[in-house]
Amino acid sequence: MTATAATDTSAVTAGTLVVRKVPVSRGYRFELVKLLSQWRVRVLIIACWLAPAAFVAIISQQASLPVDTLFGRMMHATGWAGPLVLLGFSGSWALPLLTSLVAGDVFASEDRLGTWRHLLVAVRSPRRIFVSKALASLSIILVLVIGLVVSSTVSGLLVVGNRELIGLDGHLLSPGHAAGAVLLAWLCALAPTLALAAIGLLGSVALGRSPMGLLLPAVVALAMQIVQQLPVPVAFRLALPGYAFISWNGLFTSPAQRGPLLIGVAVSLVWTIVATGLAYFLFVRRDFTNPTNDGSGRRALTAGLLPLVGLLVVSTAVIAPVSGVGSGIDQDKVQKAVATEFAHLYRLQTKQLNRADVTEEQLQSAAECTKGGDQVAAKGPGNDWRCVISWHIPGVEVAGSAIYQLDINPLGRYVSDGDGPKEVNGFFLVRTPSGDEPNPLWQFDGNIELLPAK
Amino acid sequence: MDTPPAVRARGITKYFGEVVALDGVDLDVAPGQIHGIVGPNGAGKTTLLGLLLGLAVADRGTLEILGTPVGRALAVPVGVAGFVDGPGLYPSMTARQNLAALAALRGDETQTMNIDEAIAQVGLTDVADDRVRGFSLGMRQRLGLAAALLTKPRLLILDEPSNGLDPAGKKHVYGVLTRLAADGTAVMLSSHRMDDVEQLCSEVTILSAGRVAFSGPISKLASEDSELDYRVLTSNPAAARRIARQTNGIRLRDEDTVKDGVELLVISATIPALDEFVKRLVEEEIAVRELAPVVSPLEAAFLALTEQQENN
Repeated sequence: MTATAATDTSAVTAGTLVVRKVPVSRGYRFELVKLLSQWRVRVLIIACWLAPAAFVAIISQQASLPVDTLFGRMMHATGWAGPLVLLGFSGSWALPLLTSLVAGDVFASEDRLGTWRHLLVAVRSPRRIFVSKALASLSIILVLVIGLVVSSTVSGLLVVGNRELIGLDGHLLSPGHAAGAVLLAWLCALAPTLALAAIGLLGSVALGRSPMGLLLPAVVALAMQIVQQLPVPVAFRLALPGYAFISWNGLFTSPAQRGPLLIGVAVSLVWTIVATGLAYFLFVRRDFTNPTNDGSGRRALTAGLLPLVGLLVVSTAVIAPVSGVGSGIDQDKVQKAVATEFAHLYRLQTKQLNRADVTEEQLQSAAECTKGGDQVAAKGPGNDWRCVISWHIPGVEVAGSAIYQLDINPLGRYVSDGDGPKEVNGFFLVRTPSGDEPNPLWQFDGNIELLPAK
Repeated sequence: MDTPPAVRARGITKYFGEVVALDGVDLDVAPGQIHGIVGPNGAGKTTLLGLLLGLAVADRGTLEILGTPVGRALAVPVGVAGFVDGPGLYPSMTARQNLAALAALRGDETQTMNIDEAIAQVGLTDVADDRVRGFSLGMRQRLGLAAALLTKPRLLILDEPSNGLDPAGKKHVYGVLTRLAADGTAVMLSSHRMDDVEQLCSEVTILSAGRVAFSGPISKLASEDSELDYRVLTSNPAAARRIARQTNGIRLRDEDTVKDGVELLVISATIPALDEFVKRLVEEEIAVRELAPVVSPLEAAFLALTEQQENN
């Protein structure tokens, strides 16, 4: 890239010709001023800095919890659940929409206003215009994301409290560890956000005045969500640039499920680079002499779309040897995940009920899981998983056992619903320092790593 | 040392695909000159102005701007400002914010005129803090001119600057352009309004289908031997009609009209015949209250070219 953030050295001599290109720093400031002058961007900033706080505060005060969202059932227990619930929601809806409204319009708005020629005459470098616009939209998106994190976290800590968080394998994260994990989860979610922003830039350049340019990140995100709910091979799932919106879940197990997370982040960053590069390629080759030509057209579409399809195919092929091509969910993984989580939560229940502590080693918990009542192979997602968990208590010869119905979605997330005995995994309230909470063994969320077990 | 011409173009040719937008255009514009570019739609006016602003580069020919050869796009020297296809303004910002943002973008190029001064020059001080979203076309044109003034240009390029201007706005804009020219700035403007071009410009280039049909002082358009239609308002229309019939080189047109209850005479005449006609009117003590060409020399030339183009 030839663009630099030069300050006073913008004069370029070409023979006797003196050309003054505007430094990127000034172009960046100009683009920021334009973006911040739009009421839409101002409303977004205010909403991102206030709405999460209000959401967390309201949910924390009402009896029903968003149990369908990961960590939603913990919003009464700890303030750290708030930013995680918001992250789950943001990955599906808020972040794609925010990137659409900022990055998806940053080039198209000049077409709509007919200001390209004015801008080119002022800046005298399409490359610098591109860099300035990309950096300005990235800055605004970062301000919005930081607002979401800060607002939901501060509200959660103030309204609910700085308490331990139960991980997705039932282990307890101290407030300090929870803070680190929450921050890291949001940082990981930045990667797919950047990928969507890059897709927004590409759409804005390639589709010109068309509203599809504005909507592209949201449309792509929606399409990826639909695909993620289908029984596609795990390699394809991980090759989608939005997977890091999901794989941050692995930070809340012990040990952390780093494989899917790192793959998801890497894929997102590759998409960011490729989509931004394609947008740059299309932009600097655009003919600005014809005011009726907004750069869109078949060539722009093929030059923008086909390389991304190629990237998806190549990514899937590269990931497949590591991930396998099945669903990534099998009987052994389910049994291990459920037994481990049960042991951790059993210890928590023991503590909450003021019983004598036992260790996981003493419990020797094990699970026997079947799917569809042995009528189908015990693998893959579904709500027909049934697990019988057994455990041992020191000094008691007979092993205890409990039944759970499991609903496992294609992403590896599951909800375990206790099915007896009611003294163990039925619904009853236990007294905790933060108030009465449902029995931790009654219903709990978990996560199965989709990559093959080491 | 001689001051170089503001614009010197030789054999400029520009294609858009298979369409020839400009075909061997020669052009000279001196510093301090207000130069009009006129021509029918599609004649190549905006393309030519775009080349001068550096938005595109000619496929053939040579172009020098402010004494500097221009060989590639966006490489015009400092001192060139203006707009084509309307000024580039951001509706969510106020007039002042638009100029401030542009001044900050341009940096050290804009130290010569402050924003308030530029706004005042185009007569927009009262609405300086209003959002551009609510501006009329004429106000936008004036703000676009103010934006160009920020750089204190030595060559100002304006595409249809009088579009949407009311009489007050026109007065402001013309005043600014005249002052700029007096200070040595070359102004090139395109317009469909022949009266505006005649009022403002000392020289004009008429483009037709990408070629130069005429380039030079407007006064040269009206040859003394060519006949033009004139409108004559006198104190005694009947006597004036009689004199017109008796004067060699004067032809009475059929479309005599009535203005404010007084008969208006329309005649065709060469300049010498017109002089003779006026002399006789005065001798017979008939007051000449109005004498003006029905169609200006520039407009006549423009219409002739248009007609010629249609015939071709």
